[in-house]
Formats: sequence, C-alpha cells, structure tokens
Amino acid sequence: MDERAKMSARRVQVYYGTNHALKNVDVDILDKTVTAFIGPSGCGKSTFLRCLNRMNDTVASARVEGLIEMDGRNIYDSRVDPVQLRAKVGMVFQKPNPFPKSIYDNVAYGPKIHGLTRNKAELDEVVESSLRKAALWNEVKDRLAAPGTGLSGGQQQRLCIARAVATSPEVLLMDEPCSALDPIATAQVEELIDELRSQFSVVIVTHSMQQAARVSQRTAFFHLGSLVEYGETGTIFTAPNDPRTESYITGRIG
Amino acid sequence: MTVGLLSLVLLGLSALSFILGRQKALASVKGDIRNLHSLPSYCGAGVALFTGIPASLLMIIWLLVQPVLIESHVTDMILPEDIDTGSTRELVMSDVLRIAKGVDVLVARGADEAEITKLINNPAALKTRLADARIALAADINPHVAKAAAAYRTKVATGNNWLAVSTLGLAVAGFLFALMQVKSTFRARNVVEAFVRVLLIGASSVAVLTTLGIILSLVFESWYFFQLYPAKNFFFSLTWAPKFGGGSDLGIWPLLWGTLYVSFIALVVAVPVGLMAAIYLSEYASGRVRSVTKPVLEVLAGIPSIVYGLFALMTVGPFLRDWFAKPLGLGESLSSVMTAGVVMGIMLIPYVSSLSDDIINAVPRALRDGSYGLGATQSETVKQVVFPAALPGIVGAILMAASRAIGETMIVVLGAGAAAKLSLNPFEAMTTVTVKIVSQLTGDTEFSSPETLVAFALGLTLFVFTLGLNILALYIVRKYREQYE
Ligand SMILES: Nc1ncnc2c1ncn2[C@@H]1O[C@H](COP(=O)(O)OP(=O)(O)OP(=O)(O)O)[C@@H](O)[C@H]1O
Ligand SMILES: [Mg+2]
Repeated sequence: MDERAKMSARRVQVYYGTNHALKNVDVDILDKTVTAFIGPSGCGKSTFLRCLNRMNDTVASARVEGLIEMDGRNIYDSRVDPVQLRAKVGMVFQKPNPFPKSIYDNVAYGPKIHGLTRNKAELDEVVESSLRKAALWNEVKDRLAAPGTGLSGGQQQRLCIARAVATSPEVLLMDEPCSALDPIATAQVEELIDELRSQFSVVIVTHSMQQAARVSQRTAFFHLGSLVEYGETGTIFTAPNDPRTESYITGRIG
Repeated sequence: MTVGLLSLVLLGLSALSFILGRQKALASVKGDIRNLHSLPSYCGAGVALFTGIPASLLMIIWLLVQPVLIESHVTDMILPEDIDTGSTRELVMSDVLRIAKGVDVLVARGADEAEITKLINNPAALKTRLADARIALAADINPHVAKAAAAYRTKVATGNNWLAVSTLGLAVAGFLFALMQVKSTFRARNVVEAFVRVLLIGASSVAVLTTLGIILSLVFESWYFFQLYPAKNFFFSLTWAPKFGGGSDLGIWPLLWGTLYVSFIALVVAVPVGLMAAIYLSEYASGRVRSVTKPVLEVLAGIPSIVYGLFALMTVGPFLRDWFAKPLGLGESLSSVMTAGVVMGIMLIPYVSSLSDDIINAVPRALRDGSYGLGATQSETVKQVVFPAALPGIVGAILMAASRAIGETMIVVLGAGAAAKLSLNPFEAMTTVTVKIVSQLTGDTEFSSPETLVAFALGLTLFVFTLGLNILALYIVRKYREQYE
C-alpha cells in the first residue's frame, strides 16, 4: 500500500441483486491528488465512487464486499457511522440535484447540519467562498435568496459543487461534474479542482480524455466492471500497458 | 315501434353500414389498402357514424320534445270548470297521464280498441275497469279528463310512429350519403377523429354541467329561503332553534362553529399521525413492511364512516366521558365534539397517510442522495429536503382531508349529537351543518317553509366554504411551486 494513500480499496466487489457490477477492484486514492476514473458507460465508475462514501448503503439491492480503508480504518466497519463518513467524503452527482431551497440555503446546508460555523457572519463567509470556488459567485451574488432550482443546468451543477465544498470534506468525489457545463464553466471547474488539490484529494469521473489528462495526476481505467489499469496519468495516456486502455483512449472502444 | 326496438334497429343498421362501408372502401382500390387515405375499418366506422349518430340525436331530441308538445296540447282540452276547487291544472293533468297509462295496461291485457272507445265514453265503467287492473283513482273520472286521456294516447301513438319513420329515414339517408363518399380519398380517419373529439368534449361537459346544475339548484332554493327568512338573521344570529310552527331562529353560527370545531379536532389528530406514518412508510420502512402496511392502510381508508360512528358511540364516547369529562368537571354528555373529532381524525389518518405517502415517494431520489452525500442523517434529510419538496402536495392532501371532515355526517350524528350549541367546551354535545341539513329535510316536511328551505342555504354555505378551501389549497400549491421548481 502506498504510504501516501488517503483511501485504499482492496478486492472490492459490488452486486446489484445478482448483477455483479464491480469485480475485484484495487485502487489507492492518494492524498492531495486528483484521481480520474475513465471507462465506457456502464463499466462501474459511478458504482465504485459510491462505494467510497457508502452511498451504496442507500440502494436496497446493492451489496459491497472487500476492504475499503480511509486513513487506515475500514470504512465498512460496523463502528463507522456512514453519516460521519459522508461528511468527510463529499460527493457531486452526475446529474445536478440542488435542493428545493434558496441558493444560500443550498450551500449553507452542510455547514449547518454539521455545525461548522459559530455565527451567521461565518456562515455567510463560508457560503461566499464556496460559491467563489465553484465559479458561481458573480452570477448569483445578487439573488442568494432565489431558489436553487431556478438556475440553469450548468449553474445548478456548480451550485452542487459549492454545496459539497462548503462542508470542507477531506475527499471530494465528483461524478462527471462537467457533463452539463459549457467550456468556460468547465475550465473554471477544472481550475477549482486544481486548487482543491492543495487541501484534499479529488476523485473525478469523466468521459473526456482531455479533461482527465488536464486535471488528474492519477488515472484508473475501468472496463466491464473490472479495473484494467491504474497509474500515473502521463503513463496511462502515453504508454498504456493494456491494449484495452489504448483502444479506449484512442477511441476504439466506447 | 317502441323506443327500445328502434334503438336496436339503429344499432343493427350501423353495424351493417360498417360492413358495407368497409367493403366499398376495399372494392374501390381492388383490395390494395395502401392506396386508401384511411384504413378500411376507418371507412366502415365513418359510414357507421353517419348512419347512427344523426339518427340517434334526432331520436333523443324527439323523445325530449314530444311529451312537452303533447301535454301542452292536451291541457287545452281541459276546461276551467273541470278543475275542482282546491285542485290545480297540474293535478288534473297528472290524472290524465295516470288514466292514459292505465288504458295502456288494459290494452296490454287484451282489451281491443272498440272496447276502449266504449269505456272512454263511460267514465264510471272506466273507473271500475281501472280499479280491477289495480290502478286506483281518487275521485270520479270527469268525461273531459277521459277524453283528454284518449287524445293523449292517440297523439303519443302517432308521435311514436313518426319518430320511427323519421329516425330510420335519417339513418338511411346518412348511410347513403356516407357510402357515396367512400372512395380511395375518403378522409374517414379525420371523421372518426372528429367524432372521438366531440365524444370526449361531451363527456367532460357532463361533469361541468352537472356541477353547474347543482350550484344553480342550490342558489335558487336558497333564494326562496332568503325571501322567507331575512339573510341578516341567517348569517348573524347566534341561535339555531327551528320551530315547525313558524317563528324559528335559524342562525348558522352554532352549526358552522360545530363544523369547524369538529373538523379542527379531527385534523389535529389526523395530520400529525398520518404524516408521520407516511414518512415512516416511505423513508424508513423496509420493502416488506411497506408491502403489507400500504394495502392495509388503503383498506382502512375505505371503511364506511358509519362504522367509525358506531365506534364513537359505543367506545370512544363513554371512554372520554368517564376518563376525561367527568374527572375534569367538564360535563357528563355521552356525545361530544371531542368524541366526534377524535374518531373522525382516526378515520382520516389512513387517508392522509396514504395520500402523503404517494406524494413523498414522488420526491426524486436524487434529492435524497444529495442530502445523504453531504453527511445528513435520515431525519435531517426528511425534515430539510424531502418534506419541503413534498409540502405543496401535502398541503393539498391536508385540505382534501379537511373537506372530508367538513362534509362528514354520520360520525357527527353518532358522536357529537344533534344539539346546535355555541360552546368552547369540547366535551359538550354540538352539531354540524351537514347533520342539520339532513334533519331539516327528513320527516314530514313541506318544501315551502323556511325551516325546510334553510337546508339549501346551509348547503350553499358549505359549498362556498369548501370551494374557498380548495382555492386556498391551489393558491398555496402554486406559491410553493414557484419557489421550488
Ligand atoms: N441502482 C442500481 N440498481 C441496479 N443496477 C445498477 C444500479 N446502478 C448501477 N447499476 C448497474 O451497475 C452497472 C454499472 O453502473 P454505473 O452507474 O456504475 O456505470 P458508469 O460507469 O457510471 O456509467 P456512466 O458512464 O454511464 O455513468 C451497470 O450495469 C448498471 O446497470
Ligand atoms: Mg456514472
């Protein structure tokens, strides 16, 4: 195991009912590193991401086997409270899902339930800095009381990013955060990811090879529920070991 | 030809024209249906519609108009001196119709027309013959009335013959017209489409028109009432004391107060319990618990309210009296607002929870995931995300429950009694608007005294009240929608 590993997964299997969705996955998520998960649709990227913060617990049919550790502690241990785990491992979902609340309350949601701020001024500050980090502040600063659901799709996704950042997690899981964003917003989010790297680890699922190459230091390639290859991003993109990785990167499997 | 037989013939003709229309369509393209504008069955249906619909419409209108026309003719045969003092023209006319029906019965039993003519000219004999056939008439038959009855019968017979002739004629004309249209370019599909549209519009206007009719009848009767009884007293008097000899006090407030009090208690019981049950079912319960509990709740929601009423009378009433009212010194009444309210609340629990459960389940999973993903617990998620998102629907459900509570009668009669009273003590017997509507209209009552007509004014008030409640519900739902979506 890499000594810099923030989270490490060993022989992880996931079943949805009888469907064996994830087979024998071993991955180390390094601290203060951006890790990209790539692979064709339905190969289990989201499923694996959801194992890392135990979101699969909320799916009745899902069953997770194997070992996943964070800072050396098994997160599936019965003494671990998944609620606390999720406060430390934040998540941005594939589809934007702002709460039916004001923009302000959306961002303030995490800090409020975890009691991260002492007073309103501090909360205001957290909300502003989170919205700034998500490159949304300038667009919404005059209408923080407007409903978050009234924003455009791309703005909603950045709101969800701000919401996740506001909880100050140690690991941030992002499931295709840019799939609904225009190139400018995408660039801003990528900048944010790079910035976040100084504070915590980021795991990002993406369908864009360029994005993976631009933002990540580590890349994992999934195919049909298995982890095919995992390593330095540079190596994966220039000299992949596995022929399947090469075909995918050059656009022959997909 | 009777109307039933005529309808059957029309149906048969339509079926026949469907087959013929279809065949002609096929023949017009020599069996190659690709060259048809519309499929052969549409052509058949088009022809059948042209055959059946205008003729049926004619028949319906005829059947509505004919009796009116004939009666107005026959009435003229009755002279003013034929109407006894104390009687009215309407009463005499109803005798005419009775006799005409009776004669029909005699004919059905084998009397021939010659015999009937003889009887008509001999009213006394007619009366005995009718009595033999168990058609009793109060007084002796006036010769003019007997003549009128005979005239009525002949006019109906001629009318029915013309009805059959014209209906069938129209059917055949429609059939020939439509059949001539059938060729490869006949746009039968559009004809059928238009028919379907008209049919659907008709169905929805039935609902709207009946509602309108109900409102109008309520308004008219209430209008009569307010001519007999001052509106000021009805709306502002605080006593309800109807006396069938006249001089009653018919203030609505004691009844409205009872209605609101009982409904309020019912909602206080039903809404929190029902909502929490719904939240448990939709958020916490496992699939197995859910699959058992949900149908059980739905069955509970279908229990007739009279059963709950018995429960109120036999169990809850005595219990509340012995354990609460008496020890607290709040009265000794078996029936009380509290009893009715609590039992009505119990009745509404499954209703509220079943509706709210559906609404909560409709909240997208992604919202819950978003909340759990930020490290929120289940109850935080429910309280801060799921519940606000479902709120407009839940408000709607609560107001529907309120409407039911306001309209409920049986539980109130058995649980709260029938004494109109304005009191704050929940352990006292009171009553509601609906109960009084029933009691004012049952029994031997005359439909022209204010004591009876007040029921319509009460009904109208209740209607306006629930309408207002529903409008409020719509308004709240809209407002939250704007905020949340
Ligand atoms: N809630 C679920 N219930 C049952 N099966 C599921 C569920 N979620 C995912 N799966 C199955 O697990 C497999 C992996 O799905 P997953 O969502 O992880 O794919 P993905 O790699 O994220 O794809 P995409 O790039 O399209 O998002 C698929 O076969 C999918 O059908
Ligand atoms: Mg996915």
